[in-house]
Parts: sequence; C-alpha cells; structure tokens
Amino acid sequence: MKLVTFLILFSVLPFFGFTQDKHQNLLEKTIPGVDLKNLNGQTINTANISNDGKPVIVSFWATWCSPCKKELNAIHDEYDDWKEETGVKLIAVSIDDERTKNRVTPYVDGQGWEYEILLDPNSEFRRAMGVNNVPHTFVIDGSGKIVYSHNNYSPGDEDLLYDFITALAEKN
Amino acid sequence: MTIKNSKLVLIVSFFIGISGRAQGDISGNIETIFQYLNEDTLIGAIQPPEKALINSYANINYRNSGFKAGVRMEAYMPRILGYPDRFDGAGLGYRYVGYENDLVDVTFGNFYDQFGSGLIFRAYEDRALGFDNMMNGMRLKLKPYKGVTLRGIYGNQRLSFQNGENRYGAGTVRASDLELDITQWVPTMEEKQMRLNVAGSFVSKYQRDNNIDLVLPENIGAYGGRIDVGYKRFFINGEYIIKEQDPSQDNNYIYNHGNAILINTGYSKKGFGVLFSAKSLDNMSFRSDRDAALQDLWIGFIPPLTKTHTYNLVATLYPYESQPMGEVAFQGDLFYKIPKGSKLGGKYGMDLAINFSTAYEPIRRTTGFTPMNETRVAYTTRLFDKSDLIYWRDLNVMLERKIDKKTKVKVSYFNILFNNDIMKLVQAQGLIESHIGVIETQYKINRKHSIRAELQGLWTVGKRDRGNWATLVVEYNISPDWFFSVIYQSNYGNPIPENQVDYPTVFVGKIWGATRLQVGYGRQNEGLFCVGGVCRFVPASNGLTVSFSHSF
Repeated sequence: MKLVTFLILFSVLPFFGFTQDKHQNLLEKTIPGVDLKNLNGQTINTANISNDGKPVIVSFWATWCSPCKKELNAIHDEYDDWKEETGVKLIAVSIDDERTKNRVTPYVDGQGWEYEILLDPNSEFRRAMGVNNVPHTFVIDGSGKIVYSHNNYSPGDEDLLYDFITALAEKN
Repeated sequence: MTIKNSKLVLIVSFFIGISGRAQGDISGNIETIFQYLNEDTLIGAIQPPEKALINSYANINYRNSGFKAGVRMEAYMPRILGYPDRFDGAGLGYRYVGYENDLVDVTFGNFYDQFGSGLIFRAYEDRALGFDNMMNGMRLKLKPYKGVTLRGIYGNQRLSFQNGENRYGAGTVRASDLELDITQWVPTMEEKQMRLNVAGSFVSKYQRDNNIDLVLPENIGAYGGRIDVGYKRFFINGEYIIKEQDPSQDNNYIYNHGNAILINTGYSKKGFGVLFSAKSLDNMSFRSDRDAALQDLWIGFIPPLTKTHTYNLVATLYPYESQPMGEVAFQGDLFYKIPKGSKLGGKYGMDLAINFSTAYEPIRRTTGFTPMNETRVAYTTRLFDKSDLIYWRDLNVMLERKIDKKTKVKVSYFNILFNNDIMKLVQAQGLIESHIGVIETQYKINRKHSIRAELQGLWTVGKRDRGNWATLVVEYNISPDWFFSVIYQSNYGNPIPENQVDYPTVFVGKIWGATRLQVGYGRQNEGLFCVGGVCRFVPASNGLTVSFSHSF
C-alpha cells in the first residue's frame, strides 16, 4: 500500500502547476542534467551542453563497441569539413565502465579524435537519455531540443547525419 | 478492483496528469525480447513447457523545474533462456522521486550510484546479464562549494524480482563519499594543464547476527581513498580500500580484513597512446548479506583487468571473471597510428593496437596461524605478492587499414591462457591455451549499401577442451534502416565427433530512428553478440528470437 500512496502523491503533484512554455510539446525534449567527467577530470553537467546556437551531435559509444568506433572514425574523416560548413560540435559519451574506462583517453588520442569526450561509467546519462544499446546518436538543435535520434550504425549513416545537420544549420 | 489494477490505474493517471496539465520532459525507453524455443539436446537447449518466453521493460523518466520522478515496469512471463532465476512476474521494478538544483540533489526510492572505481560501492544495472543491485532508500548529493561533492546513501539492495515485486537484501547499506577537485581551487593548475582530484569513501553495512556458533560483527565498515593526477596528456589514478572483518559464506567465515588496490597510468598524444594498470586484492567479497552467493547483493565491484573482446569466439569461449577472494593482475595497452604515407601506413595510415593482461593467485602466508583458532584470522597477505599459480593471460594484436575509399581490412591475433580450475566454466581441467585469428573486411558498395565479413578461427593447444572452432559472419547493410546477416559457427575440431556441432543463425533488422526490430532464427552459442551495429549478451538457444527496442 506504500506504493499506492506514492503514486497518488505523484499523480496529484503535476496539478500544482509547474508552468513552463505552454506551447512546448511534452515529447519535445531537452537534455537531462547529469554530472559527468571529461578526460581532463572536470565535471560537466550535461544540461549545460550547448554550441552557441549551432547543432550538437551527442553520440553514445564504448571502446568495446566496434560499430560505435566505426561511426566515430567515419565522422572523424570528415569532421573538419562538417565543423567548417555547419559549426557542429560532436560530444562522444563513453559508457565504458570501470573495466575499460581508462582505455578511453589512449584510444581517443591514438585515433586522433578531436571530439569532446564525456565519461558515463555507471550509465547514469545513458539511462536519463533512454538509450537501450550503443551506438545511439542524437542531434541537439541550436535551441537545445533533441531533433534526431538513431540507434544503429551502418556505413553511410554518417552521410545522412551530415545531410541532416546541413539542413539544420541552413534553417538557422 | 484488485490492488494490482488500482496501481496500474494510478500509474496511468500519473502520466495523464503530467501530460494534461503541466509541461516538463519525459524520456525513456521500451525493450522487449521474445523467444520461441525448440528443443536441442546437442547444445543443451531445452524447450520450456511454455515454449515462448519474454522479457519486457519500460522506463519512464519525468523531470520539470528540478523535480524528477521515474518508474520502470518489468515483465518476465517467463524470463528468457539463460536469464538468472531472480526474475519472475510483471510489475513495478524501479521507482524514484527527487529534486535537484545547483546545491542539492536528493533521490528517494530506487537509484544507482558508484564511488570512484566502484571497489567500495557500486549499484548498477546490466540488463543483458540480468544483474541489478539497485538501492532502495535515499541519496543526498551536496555541492556546498566549488569543487566539493559530498554524497550520502542509505538503503537496501535489490535481491530479486519475484511475482512482479522487488525483494531487497537483509543488510542495510550506509555509504558516504567526499570528493575534492583541487584543480578548481588553484587557478594556475588549469593553465599548466595539471589536475588533482582526491576523494575518500566510507561504507558500512548492518546485518543482524544470525549465527548460533560464532559472534558475528553486525556493523561492518569499509573505507578508502582515491587520487587522480594528470599533467597534460599523462595521468595516474589509484584507489585503495580496506574492508573490516567480514565473515561470510564466501570467505568461509574468517575474520581477516580485506583490501584492494587499483592503479591506472597512461600517456597519450595524437596517434599514440599507452596504458598500464595493476590490481591487487584479497578477501574483497563485500555483499550486503553475509550468506549471499552467485551474483547477489554485491556492494563493491571488482573490475576485471582484461580487454572486452567483441569477436564472438574471443568473447564467448574463455572469458575472464574477477576473483573477489583474491587476485594480482596487470594489464598493458599500446595504441599507435602508423602515419599516412609511410611504407606500412599507406595512403590512409594504419592502426595498431596491442593488449596484454594477466592475473595470478596472491600468496597467503599461514605460518604461525592455527587455522580457525579463536581469532579466526586465517593468513596474512601483502599487496602484489603473487604466487606462481596463473589464472589468466591474454596477448592480442590488432591491425586495421583502409585499403581504398571503399575497403577496410582488420586483422587480429589473440593468445589466451585460461585456468579452468579457478574459472570453472567448461568441462576440461587446468590450463587451456588457445590461438585465435580473425580477418574482417568491409566494403562500401555505394552511399547506402555495404557488406561486411568476418572469418574467425580458434585452435586450442593440444586440442584441449572442445578443440577447434570457426565462425563466418556475413552482414549486408542498407543505410540507415535495414540489415541482414548470417552467422555460421562450427565446433569442427571437437575431439568428440558427436559434439562437432554447427551453429547457423540468420538475422534481419529494421531501424526507424530510435526504434529497432530484430528477428533472428537459428542455433546460438552463448556470449556477447554484435549484430547489425549493436552489442549485447545472448544465452545459448535454438529457435526464434525477436527483439524490439524504442527510445523516446
């Protein structure tokens, strides 16, 4: 019965008027705030992810996930062009846990990636973002809304992602 | 109306309430794995009486102006093959409410968390493995000053999910952790690209003395500290944990202290990275119930110092598992990008990765100890004091090269030595050594179509255990929404001819953005499978598997 009390409480809570922009669709989402560390040991709250009104790619990956690495390597080959043309920034969120977390820095540098890397060793951000499996790639538009979500990687997906970001950048 | 139905109505009205009146963000996911199984005595796959099995999960998180709440509904009707028998029925498996701002973050109900490397405390979920030691209680996270994070936790751990309801372990876990990011206090450090982060943890569990023969400690503490130092692209981090007397079923009720140390150090620059890790531990089984076994109620997490392999034969046949009762382990890694334009590197450069890992039994000195005298301290140990008894060794080399714009080739070699007397995974006794070779190629036909193939071979030295194996994987991808794949695995070199089993499987998958549907049919060996761009653990089976996932 404790559970029932709990649920009654929270069925009622929303009626106490948490008001926001009335036009916002419930499924139009922003990024949830989770404290993650970057490779310099600094704590970054994911709610603060932004890119001066330009799009951000958030890609969940792991050092043990070969399709993830393929995707990030394929984007890496063209990343300079993407940045120049669209101003996009890619944030690669590693879900490597304690077993493999320390390989992230040497791997990233070994590959020469210039992405911003965040570490999510206990899958807190992954859970908050509703990610089932990796790779999972999101695009956040200039106003902070999640506008693209894709849970897979096949060669060629990066071209579609590029088309999407180009269209998004032109809209702004 | 039954109680269960009324709960459901309330849950529904909860979300209708949210969507009807207030805004905020909802996020979550749905995952369903369905199996229709055939009997297959050859691989030990039994057809359950229900024939069809299903695991289903729906996570829903809501947040608005700092307020957050969420639930996870789970259904095992019954659970899929190979899934731990801790899961049964349908119901609410996880729920929480909380509030956060820049100063506080408080959560009531169920939550996951980790201190440092997790040696002293880690509550986490690995759904593919059926592992979930979530807490039920409260957590307070406080950031009173820049660079200072204080966490306090109180609760019981999830033991199982029976008849659609969570059952929690007998012991109460109390935990606190203080982390200081010194870098934020010394402005010159950041300019010099230095970083320093120190932290201390204290975890205590309480369980009533339920033993009639022994006087068991009811409150057991564990404490330790960690440090993370970085200078430019060099880093070293370490954690040391001491656990007080914790007599348990795992350690045969001895009154020894436990301890563990974990050190990682690395250096990297563009195109080059090295990493070295060392771990030494003894008597570190730390659970919230002294009588618990298997994968139940772990408070701490001992990370295995081995590479997570993804090729099927390498990942599934002889994998290493950490030994919480004691091990001394080392790991080294080298990543190097052979430059473009060099003889070896070719037009695009070539990636080289070398990994070595090993683990040994620690020496336990028993001289001067009367086994099980009134102190019940059984032996002494020293950090990194290893015996000659090897548990594990793995040396692997990987080379990857882009041949032209459309073709990529990856060649790997693995040498794995596996002590089955310790791991107790297969039938054979003692050390099993295997050589594994893999060739993988990928060819991009055009902007949307690509084909990928893997050929894997495994040879055990002296044809030990199940002898030789081969696996062929062919995958056809149509970006962004279709994939087709065939996996053909064969234990062609099994010394027992009747056991020379083949494992053919076909997969088809369709992706709609954040929604995936995958259908597989065939005979599957257990292990980590990477199909159609996603990796997950799968148990041995013969039949149809349909998995569906959706994120929102």
